[in-house]
Amino acid sequence: MKRENQVVVAFRKLLKNKLATFCFILVIIELILLIGAPLFTKFDPIEMNTIDRLRPGFWAASDPRYLPEHWLGTDELGRDIWARILYGGRISISVGFISTAVGITFGTIFGMLAGYYKKLDNIIMRIMDVFFTFPGTLLAMLIVAMLGIDVKNATIAISIWSIPSFARMIRGRVLQIKEEEYITAIRSLGATDFWILSKHVLKNALPTIIVIATMRMASSILSIATLSYLGLGVPQPTPEWGGMISSAKTYMYDAPYLIVIPGIAIVITVICFNILGDKLRDILDPSLKD
Amino acid sequence: MKRYIIKRLGMMVILLFGLTFIVFGSLYLAPGDPAEIAAGASATVEEVERMRVYLGLDKPFLVQYGNYLLGLLRGDLGTSLMTRQPILDELLVRLPNTLNLAVSSMLFACIIGIPLGILAAIKKDSWLDNCLTTVSLLGISVPNFWLGAILIIIFCVNLRIFPTGGMSEPFWTPLGFKQAFLPSLSLGMQVAASFMRIGRSSMLDVLQSDYIRTARSKGLKEKVIIFIHALKNAMIPIMTQMGTSFGGLLGGSMVTEQVFATNGIGTYLINAINQRNYYAVQSTVLLIAFMFLIVNFIVDLLYCVVDPRIRYD
Repeated sequence: MKRENQVVVAFRKLLKNKLATFCFILVIIELILLIGAPLFTKFDPIEMNTIDRLRPGFWAASDPRYLPEHWLGTDELGRDIWARILYGGRISISVGFISTAVGITFGTIFGMLAGYYKKLDNIIMRIMDVFFTFPGTLLAMLIVAMLGIDVKNATIAISIWSIPSFARMIRGRVLQIKEEEYITAIRSLGATDFWILSKHVLKNALPTIIVIATMRMASSILSIATLSYLGLGVPQPTPEWGGMISSAKTYMYDAPYLIVIPGIAIVITVICFNILGDKLRDILDPSLKD
Repeated sequence: MKRYIIKRLGMMVILLFGLTFIVFGSLYLAPGDPAEIAAGASATVEEVERMRVYLGLDKPFLVQYGNYLLGLLRGDLGTSLMTRQPILDELLVRLPNTLNLAVSSMLFACIIGIPLGILAAIKKDSWLDNCLTTVSLLGISVPNFWLGAILIIIFCVNLRIFPTGGMSEPFWTPLGFKQAFLPSLSLGMQVAASFMRIGRSSMLDVLQSDYIRTARSKGLKEKVIIFIHALKNAMIPIMTQMGTSFGGLLGGSMVTEQVFATNGIGTYLINAINQRNYYAVQSTVLLIAFMFLIVNFIVDLLYCVVDPRIRYD
């Protein structure tokens, strides 16, 4: 009897939910827009143009200063906002993706070792507990302060910040899997620990990993935006959604859209990943519920 | 109970020890040189060396760390590389502003989040429940700095109801309330949303349990069942979340302080990072994490009061 891959089954279930399907399509559209950014805008996100400073977008189409080619308007240095959103999104999403991937790799390794080997459990989890005493993005801020301010360091910071919570959740799952009878059966057949961990435990922990990775994407994107807003993430003039909001602060009175637009981009992206994570959790691993 | 408190205190000391090690070690490994920064940009090589000896940076790592710990025990958080003032004094001046913001946001989150979460659980699967679930999802997805900026645009720039920033008075005074309203709303929104989600799911769990069924079959009023019988147990997961969230609020206030131009320890930390004022970064991070540890300790003790089962574990 051929058993279908549980991830494929879960994906099919996911697409039965209207809201989740909508979010999934939205994420795909967004990825296409970001990856193919040069196809969707002719403007450079960094090049300044002082004549076209602070032009309004489509909401003020009757304004003589409105130019249809800048449909979302321009910022204080005359740069096209649509172009900056597209190129900025590339950075937000890549930092989110890379830091989630790095965080999950190390989190899974630590979590599996702690869950599987009783001797390592105490040491690893106490070290993770120490990391948990840094609330919010404070750990990421400390790491950026130590390494210096740039994109690479911000990514490292967010990756490290993700590891403890991944490790804790994976450990919990591995503790359950370890007790199951087939693991004992495989072990009695002479399988090595490495084989059991890499082949069987990992495979069974995969649904949990997928769920927390999806949710972590949302919080990683929020974190890079926050770091950039504080001037600790992506340095100017490189576009990044949080950084765009930060540099628009002084134009709050004249051009509030400079703040509104990047924020909407963040909210749409983050909420999509949160909803997908929520639905995936309901399908794959309801035990993770809050 | 006594044994539990002692055990918990011991754990806190160990965590604190690990914490100081990470904070001290991470900045020890930092590529920058505090002696160079303290000596100033125009300092000669000899002056930098003299500064290094003065700061004790020429000693081996463990000696430096030991001195650092001894200093901490005496309440000495070091001297700012910029102002040459004791960092503890600089932090204590700013701490009330940060605590004011964090506590008022926590109150906001509790007042809004917990009742709405319970309401959603009671009206499970109704349009109200769906509506609240969506709102809470939106709440956890909105970056607090953006929400703050939007609130400023709406309420300060256009409607001119609230001041744009500068929390100077405690939130329970009339002026302080006005100053704290928007910052607490923007900082507390995410926490309120998480209380809503957890409040809903824990209330649903409790409502399905046997003792609630017994209470129902005794013919008790639904109000009595929910507010007297169910709420007490449903509060336990919410309390855990309160402890964690308070940390989130302290971390988040670093950001909100920037949005609302408040001179708290968050603003101090960001300036310290930008100026590479290493000791100030160290001490601020340590202070925030320490406060977080204390809050979690208090929450754990409160458990024993709310849930006597824990005492016997």
